Amino acid sequence: MDMKVKKYLRGESANLEILQDRKLKGQLAVREELYGKSAKAAAKIEKWLLPSEGGYLEAEGIEKTWRIKQESIAQEVDILSTRNQYDIVLPDFGPYSLDFTSSGRYMAIAGRKGHLGILDMKNMALIKEFQVRETVRDIAFLHNELFFAAAQKKYPYIYNRDGTELHCLKEHGAVLNLQFLKNHFLLATINKLGQLHYQDVTTGQMVGNYRTGHGRSDVMQVNPFNGVVAVGHSRGTVSMWKPTSAAPVVKMLCHQGPVTALAFHSNGHLLATAGMERKIKVWDLRKFEVLQTLSSHAKTLDFSQKGLLAGATGSFVQIWGDLAGAQSYDRYMGHSMAKGYQIGKVAFRPYEDVLGIGHSKGWSSVLIPGSGEPNFDTWVANPFETPKQRREKEIHSLLDKLPPETIMLDPTKIGAVRPTRKKEKPTNPEREAELEAAVAAAKDIPMKKKTKGRSKPSKRAKKKQEAVEKARRPFLEQAAKEEELSEKKRKRISEENELPKSLQRFTRKKAKA
Amino acid sequence: MKVKVISRSTDEFTRERSQDLQRVFRNFDPNLRTQEKATEYVRALNAAKLEKIFARPFIGAMDGHIDTVSCMAKNPNHLKGIFSGSMDGDIRLWDLATRRTVCQFSGHQGAVRGLTASTDGRVLVSCGTDCTVRLWKVPVATVMESEESSHNSSEPLAVYVWKNAFWAVDHQWDGNLFATAGAQVDIWDHDRQAPVNSFEWGKDTVVSVRFNPGEPNVLATSASDRSITIYDLRMSSPARRVVMRTKTNSISWNPMEPMNFTAANEDCNCYSYDARKLDEAKCVHQDHVSAVMDIDYSPTGREFVTGSYDRTVRIFQYNGGHSREIYHTKRMQRVFCVKFSCDASYVISGSDDTNLRLWKAKASEQLGVLLPRERKKHEYLEAVKNRYKHLPEVKRIVRHRHLPKPIYKAASLRRIMADAARRKEDRRRAHSAPGSRPKEAFRKKRILQEVE
Repeated sequence: MDMKVKKYLRGESANLEILQDRKLKGQLAVREELYGKSAKAAAKIEKWLLPSEGGYLEAEGIEKTWRIKQESIAQEVDILSTRNQYDIVLPDFGPYSLDFTSSGRYMAIAGRKGHLGILDMKNMALIKEFQVRETVRDIAFLHNELFFAAAQKKYPYIYNRDGTELHCLKEHGAVLNLQFLKNHFLLATINKLGQLHYQDVTTGQMVGNYRTGHGRSDVMQVNPFNGVVAVGHSRGTVSMWKPTSAAPVVKMLCHQGPVTALAFHSNGHLLATAGMERKIKVWDLRKFEVLQTLSSHAKTLDFSQKGLLAGATGSFVQIWGDLAGAQSYDRYMGHSMAKGYQIGKVAFRPYEDVLGIGHSKGWSSVLIPGSGEPNFDTWVANPFETPKQRREKEIHSLLDKLPPETIMLDPTKIGAVRPTRKKEKPTNPEREAELEAAVAAAKDIPMKKKTKGRSKPSKRAKKKQEAVEKARRPFLEQAAKEEELSEKKRKRISEENELPKSLQRFTRKKAKA
Repeated sequence: MKVKVISRSTDEFTRERSQDLQRVFRNFDPNLRTQEKATEYVRALNAAKLEKIFARPFIGAMDGHIDTVSCMAKNPNHLKGIFSGSMDGDIRLWDLATRRTVCQFSGHQGAVRGLTASTDGRVLVSCGTDCTVRLWKVPVATVMESEESSHNSSEPLAVYVWKNAFWAVDHQWDGNLFATAGAQVDIWDHDRQAPVNSFEWGKDTVVSVRFNPGEPNVLATSASDRSITIYDLRMSSPARRVVMRTKTNSISWNPMEPMNFTAANEDCNCYSYDARKLDEAKCVHQDHVSAVMDIDYSPTGREFVTGSYDRTVRIFQYNGGHSREIYHTKRMQRVFCVKFSCDASYVISGSDDTNLRLWKAKASEQLGVLLPRERKKHEYLEAVKNRYKHLPEVKRIVRHRHLPKPIYKAASLRRIMADAARRKEDRRRAHSAPGSRPKEAFRKKRILQEVE
C-alpha cells in the first residue's frame, strides 16, 4: 500500500522545517496534508475499485515463459482474445508500418508501396483503405482517429478518415519518420536531409525547423513524459530536441555503430536504444547512465504501457520484461514469423495485451500477456468512445493545448521557483589572471606618433607606465575595499566578543531599525 | 502454464439502454497523464482569461430618486429589500430582484442623513437635517410581492423632533434601542419622545455611528474632530477614543470578528482596528484616490465594500492591503453609500447621480442555479488558478483592471508622491544620528493619539 501511495504522491514533500515564515509554513503544511490524503485515496481506489486485472503469463515447473508459443496461449485464453492473433498477408504492398490511437481502438497501416488504411480493432472492421501510388514511409494518427499523417515520397500529407487529402506539408520535404505530440498538437518530422520540423496542426504554424547536423536518420521517437523528441544517428549518438531551441538539449553517445531503434518508457525514466553492433542498451534518463546492455539486434523497439520491451530483427520478435521490478530486463517471450518476413515495426496496442507487427508481407498481431494497462480512464483515452464523447474530448484537448515552451527535460519544473544563485566571488588566481590580462592589454595599446618632443622614449615609457597604472587601479581599489570590509567585520566581532560586559556599551552602536 | 490476457466485453463497459448515462471509468495512474503540471498551468491561464472575459459585474441601476442618494439600509428580514434616502428628503424601499421601487415613504423636509431598520425588520428609522427622527412601518413582504407596482406612501409611525440636525442613525443588532449622531450621540427608545441617554466628548459634530454586532451595548462613532470613539451604553461616559490625522467618514464592524472594525477615512485609506487595541491599525487598506465615503462588511466577514468620492466602488479582503476589485461606470458619480447584500453575493452603491446601482460581489460569478458538474468545474478552475497565481503570466492577467483615466493618473501621482516622501524620509534618516529617527510603521503613522 505504501508503494502505491508513493506513486500518487508525485515526488517527495517539501522540507517545511527550514521556513521562517510561520503563516506560510502553516498553509503549506495544510496543502501537504491534502496531497497525502488524496494520494491515499487514489491508492485505495487502485486497490479496491478498479474493474479489471492485468494479464500475466506464468511458467509452471520446468517451463520457460519464452518457450511458450502463441498456439498454446491461444488454447488457454478466451475466444474474444484469440481474435487478436492473426496474420494479414499482403505481399504486394509490403513492408508495413503501423500506428495505434492513444486509446488502442484504431490502427493505421501504411504499406511501402502506397497502401494506406484505418482499421477499427474492436470489431475488426476496415474503415477505409486506399492507394496513394507512391512510396509511403511512415504513418501517424493525429489527436484522434479522424485524421492521420502519412510520410510519402516527396512530402508528408494529412488525410481524414474518409481518405480525403486535407493538407500537403511541402515545407517538411521527403520525410522519413513522423511523430505526433498529442499534448501540444505538434507534428514532428525528420526528413532525408536530417532536418527536424515541428508544425502546429491546429494553426498550421511552423514552430521549429532545425538541422540536426548528423546526416540522414529515420530513427525518431517522442518521449511521452516530457515531449522531447529523440533522434538516433548513424554515428551512434542520440540527440534530444525541443521545438524552442536550435541546439539539441541532450546529445549522448549510445553506440559504436549506427543507432537502429529507440523507445521510451511511458514514465520517462527509461530509454532503450539498439545499435548496429548487436547491442540493446537500457538507459536511465535521470542520470543518463546505462542500466543494462542486452546483446541482440533490433530494427525496431517499443515499450508497452506496463514496461515490457519488444524488439524485432529479421522475422523474430523478442520481448524482455522487468518482472522482478529491479530494473533488469530479461527474456520474457519470443515469437518467430514465417521465414523470410522482414519485420519493420513493432507497436504495443495500448490498453490491450497485444503486439502489432508490421512486416514485409503484411501485418500481424500476437498476444503478449501482461503488456497493457488493464484499466483505462474515460477522460484520458477511452477505447469505447462514442462520437459525442470524441467531439467533447477534442474540444477539451484543444483548450488544454500546451504551448511549445512547455517541452523541457524536466516537466515538473513548471511552476517551481528557480533557486537563488549566489554571486560567486572570483578566486585569487582568477583575479590575478584578470589583472595580468588587463595590464597586458594596456601595454599593447599602440602609441600615436606625436611631434614637438612628445614622442621621446622617456615620455613614451612614462605614458605606458601611466596606462598600466590606470588599468591596475580598479583591481587594487576593489581589493582594498574588500580588505577594509573584512577588517571591519573582524573588528566588530572581536570587539563584541572580547570586551567584558560592562565595557560593551562603549563600542560603536549599530543603527537601530 | 498460467495465462490471462486483458479481455473487455463491450457490454460491461458501455451503457445498456440508450437513456442511460455513459459509463465512466477512472484510473488515477500518473503515467497515463503526462505533463500534468504543464496542463494545469495552461488550464490556470485559460481560467484567468475566462474570468476576465466573464467579468461583467454591473447588473443594473435603480433610478427614481431626484437627488443624491445619501444613505441606505438593509432589511435584516427580507433579502430583496433595500431602503434608500436622498438629499431631497425622499425615502424609498426597493425590490432588488425587479429593481423597482416598492414603497415610497413621505420622508423628511430636508435631507435624509441616516436610515436603519429594527432587528425584526418591521420598523424603519430615519433621521435628517430637519432635526427629526421618524419611525416608519415597513410593508410586509407578502404585500410587497402582491402589489409590486403600487407606490403606496405611508405616514410615519412616530415623529420625534429634537434640538439639532442629525448625521447618522444606527439600530442595535439585538434590542430596542437606536443611536443617532449629530451634535452629540443620542440613544433612543422606539416609544420615547426624547433620547433615553446622551453622550458627548468634545464639541464637534459626530458624523457616523455603528452598533457592534456581537455586543449590543457597544457602539463606535466617528466625529469631524478626526476622532473615532467607542461607547458602552452601560457606562455613563465614552469608553475609548483614538484621534487620527484625518476625519473618518464611516465605520463598519466585522460581523464575524466583532472586536474588529474598519474605518473609512478621508485620506483615501481604510484602517482596520482591533477595538481593544487602538494604538495601531491592524491593516491599512489603500487603493482609493479620493476620500472613502462609506464602508460595509460582507456578512461573511471576509471582505468589505467601500464607496469613494473618486467615483469608484472597491472590494477589499478583510486583511488585504489592496483592493480585490474595482467597479466604475461612466455615469456613476461620487459614491456616498454602499451596502453588501445579506447573502454576500451583491453590492449596492448609491451615488451623486441619484441612482442606486446593483453589482455582483464576484465580477465573473455565474448567476442562477448551478448544476453540480458546473459547480465542480468552477471549483476546479478556481483551485488551479489559486495554485498557479504566482506565475507571472497568470498574475498579470488576474491582477489587471482597466481604470478610468483620471483615476489611473491620480493613482500614479499618489504613488510618485508617496515614493518621494519615503525617499526624503530615508535620506533624513541616513543623515541623522543612528536611532534618532526611528522608522514609523504606516499602520501607526496616521494615528495622533489614543485616549482612554
